[in-house]
Amino acid sequence: MTLLNVKDLRVEFTTPEGAVTAVNDLNFSLNAGETLGIVGESGSGKTQTVCSMMGLLAKNGIVSGSAKFKGQEILGLPERELNKIRAEKIAMIFQDPMTSLNPYMKVGNQLAEVLVKHKGMSKKEALAEAVRMLDAVKIPEAQKRLNMYPHEFSGGMRQRVMIAMALLCSPELLIADEPTTALDVTVQAQILALLNELKRDFNTAIIMITHDLGVVAGACDKVLVMYAGRTMEYGSADDIFYRPTHPYSEGLLKAIPRLDSAGEELPTIPGNPPNLLNLPSGCPFQERCHRVQDRCRQEAPALHNFDAERLRACHADANQILEAS
Amino acid sequence: MLSFIAKRVLEAIPTLLILITVSFFLMRFAPGNPFSAEIAMTPEVMANIEAKYGFDKPVHEQYFTYLGNLLQGDLGPSFKYKDFTVNELVAQALPVSVKIGLFAFTVAVTFGVTFGTIAALRQNTWIDYTIMTSAMAGVVIPSFVLAPLLVLIFAIGLEWLPAGGWHNGAAPYVVLPVIGMSLYYIASISRIMRGSMIEVLNSNFIRTAKAKGLSMPYIIVRHALRPAILPVLSYLGPALVGIITGSVVIETIFGLPGIGQLFVNGALNRDYSMVLGLTILVGALTITFNAIVDILYAVVDPKIRYS
Repeated sequence: MTLLNVKDLRVEFTTPEGAVTAVNDLNFSLNAGETLGIVGESGSGKTQTVCSMMGLLAKNGIVSGSAKFKGQEILGLPERELNKIRAEKIAMIFQDPMTSLNPYMKVGNQLAEVLVKHKGMSKKEALAEAVRMLDAVKIPEAQKRLNMYPHEFSGGMRQRVMIAMALLCSPELLIADEPTTALDVTVQAQILALLNELKRDFNTAIIMITHDLGVVAGACDKVLVMYAGRTMEYGSADDIFYRPTHPYSEGLLKAIPRLDSAGEELPTIPGNPPNLLNLPSGCPFQERCHRVQDRCRQEAPALHNFDAERLRACHADANQILEAS
Repeated sequence: MLSFIAKRVLEAIPTLLILITVSFFLMRFAPGNPFSAEIAMTPEVMANIEAKYGFDKPVHEQYFTYLGNLLQGDLGPSFKYKDFTVNELVAQALPVSVKIGLFAFTVAVTFGVTFGTIAALRQNTWIDYTIMTSAMAGVVIPSFVLAPLLVLIFAIGLEWLPAGGWHNGAAPYVVLPVIGMSLYYIASISRIMRGSMIEVLNSNFIRTAKAKGLSMPYIIVRHALRPAILPVLSYLGPALVGIITGSVVIETIFGLPGIGQLFVNGALNRDYSMVLGLTILVGALTITFNAIVDILYAVVDPKIRYS
């Protein structure tokens, strides 16, 4: 069953320098229990994509298109209606656990208020449930920690608290915006393992935003590769990871450090993401692409099917790229 | 927390001592004395008066005598209001200033925080612009313009309220002075509150609160107010001292027997003990209120723990 169906999602920001299109006609869908990875460099529009669905855009952000959650349009919902979906049906974990918890409130209260609001529990019941959830995300001595403030937790522990908070109402969709970026590698692995367990136990669908393809390989069923607000490639995680057909996916994969190539210099994608205020005509990736053709400079490649399951936006011959990898 | 308070009290002693010493010698070394403005006196009479108040002794001896008396809580005799001690005069005037001041302070905090929050929530709308323009006006209009205007409108024009007088602080006599004093502070607090509230509303943890499906009024009260009020808090300590002791203009225009008048007369008449006494009062109040603000900080912000 399709849980989330996103069509032509577009996010624009009006700035003093002009309109910036942060997300440009994105399409994807997600079934219950599936994990979608959204991959791309900083500034490629990953976070704005999910924030627009949650109604969390900055004031100058305008969203258009459609995002249907179980058939219900959630874009442009009034605050009241949106608040019935937030945390209860769709929950979100943010990138930076250091600043995403309220530093002025006890952790227990921050957890409990979700249940008081959405489930009508008493404060006492809610706190008891909060302890159970903290236990579930493997926070030791959960009872004692209810009365502590976020600054008394380590980064990894705070992200666990965020995850516990997101899971309190057993949401059907969990959006994890770079949940492991701010954490060190061992903690990263623990958090990912935790998310996988939750997916298995609760059949929660997950949208995992990341720029770490290692995370994608370990956790995702489908992958959407974004660049400058557009879809570059969209398909199953296996296809994109082992058989990429887009030079950007190719570049991202090559830039993963490998244990068996120690000593060699790590390949990188030269240059920086383009300025969204001043995009080149044609393909946004042209300036950094090693397969660039004349056509790329004039005409932006349309998103088209490569095989039944995969979409790509590139003028270069997919089979050539496949052979090269 | 107790040891923190004890520490603050101990720290206050050298601060006050320096304040007293500097003020004492500045007063003594300034030309003239409390009696030089009065009608010409024969040198004998002058010498008699000086002997009565101890001015014939060396300055350092006078200083230690003053300190000795101060330790017993005696601020000395007033040189201007004869037959009155400074203690008596301050004891009469202080309750007036404190009453008006506390009312004005409460009004200022209540309205300042409310207006600032509303302006932040309606940022860049006409509501915000109206509040901020009024606040700007409130900050720049001096009290010697504002107070007569209030009298003109509400006392003389509409005849709703008395134009002045104290009458033991009866309600109608308090209203206009309180308005006159609080407007400036409402305006300042609104501006501080708006700025800090906007900053807090843009922070990550407010985004988290929204993602949790909490309503905006709840988020403001439970999540945003505490951090947003911190900058206001540090403004409030000095502001309260200013409200209580610095309302010279308002007290004069409304004819209130408060501290402000004592200040002006003390300075003009070179009333040594009065000026010193009031300086100590202001110093002690400043230190006390700042310490209270520090303690409140720790109550509001869990990251601050004094030990």
